[in-house]
Amino acid sequence: MSVYLLCLVLFCIGLYCILRKRNLIKIIIGIAIIGYAVNLFFVLVGYRMNGRAPIHSPDQTILDMVDPLPQALVLTTIVIGLAVTALITAIAMRVYEKYGTFDITKIRRLKG
Amino acid sequence: MKEQEKGMTIIVKTITRLTVGLILLFGIYIVAHGHVSPGGGFAGGVIVALSFIHIMLAFGKEEAFRKINQNVASFFESLGAILFITLAILGIGSGYFFVNFMSKGKPFELFSSGFMPLANLAIAFKVGSGLFIIVIILVMFKISKEGDNR
Amino acid sequence: MIELQIILIFMIIGALIAVRTKDLLSAVIAVGTVGLGLSLAFLILKAPDLAIAQLVVEILCVIILIRATIRKDLPFSTSGRWLFNTFITFIFLAVFIGFGYFCMRDLPQFGSPIMKIAQHFVSQGLKETGATNLVSSVVLDYRAYDTLGEATILFTAVIGVLAVMRRVGRKK
Repeated sequence: MSVYLLCLVLFCIGLYCILRKRNLIKIIIGIAIIGYAVNLFFVLVGYRMNGRAPIHSPDQTILDMVDPLPQALVLTTIVIGLAVTALITAIAMRVYEKYGTFDITKIRRLKG
Repeated sequence: MKEQEKGMTIIVKTITRLTVGLILLFGIYIVAHGHVSPGGGFAGGVIVALSFIHIMLAFGKEEAFRKINQNVASFFESLGAILFITLAILGIGSGYFFVNFMSKGKPFELFSSGFMPLANLAIAFKVGSGLFIIVIILVMFKISKEGDNR
Repeated sequence: MIELQIILIFMIIGALIAVRTKDLLSAVIAVGTVGLGLSLAFLILKAPDLAIAQLVVEILCVIILIRATIRKDLPFSTSGRWLFNTFITFIFLAVFIGFGYFCMRDLPQFGSPIMKIAQHFVSQGLKETGATNLVSSVVLDYRAYDTLGEATILFTAVIGVLAVMRRVGRKK
């Protein structure tokens, strides 16, 4: 139970970073931290105490494995998170080239 | 980014020449044994892309373009997508969409479990070349007024 | 599971450093250590596929973020209504954590999952697909349609980066 609360605290740190920071790169860092917290939460839900990794071995026939379904879902989510980070970094570089700054309060006021 | 066009120091260049072939081989191993041991197409594809990005970081982007052309990377990405879709549609002939129609051999062998090695290969092509193209575009972006040559 | 909680506290400290520091390059490196701690946590939670994938994806993410912060912006001072905004944000986050605690009491206890569908995957996976890696058999055989969607997302991301970074040849 305390492990779930620590994961929620990590999520809230990322959320605070998105809400209160004015630099675009800090907002991107906040999005990445939220992605890590959500992936960790998925794998935490499917863990079995004293379980084994979900891979068969040639000499064992015991069948108490951890849950393989959340691990399969998180495997694609990790690569999707990377693609989203790359796309918003490209947009941030374009914004810097047009406005000259990363500050989000000044982007509205300057004309290109 | 003048530093990247001339490459890095001589120590980095020597170590890169020694290790980049091993990184590529390790990536191919993780892709090929995706159904027997941990790994699979996603992690293996990213490792293969990282080996080419390693050449670009150490030697400059012109040297990396001599190894992998722009057309070659685009061809491999499309090839991965088409191979994956073809494996899915071929399953319609013997059942439903995406059925595993090849023979399932003995476990723990390299040619077992249906079309999973081929699907791993297709995913590795797509992920590896896609990520390489993304990093190349982000590096080639200049802040001056000249055009981007892509 | 004392080692899991130690690694989580290490990740929280790294995230706090990434949020609060003023230098952009240090913040990006701190996010790199958070990802490395997450890879170790996946290894403790018996998920070796995810540990390999998270480690290499973290390296690539740090490379891309360092490329964006080479031309860095100077830190600027905070302005107007700073105390009021921070106070409201902390109240909102405290309410959020409070509601989250009440929701998490309904989850099954940590360490005993309800594996309704996964029981079928674990017991029949080797016979039906012939693959010994159960996570690969779930990704590529039982739920291969999701992998097709993921390949589409990667393709869209490549096209999106190309479209954003292109010089539009519109002469004024």
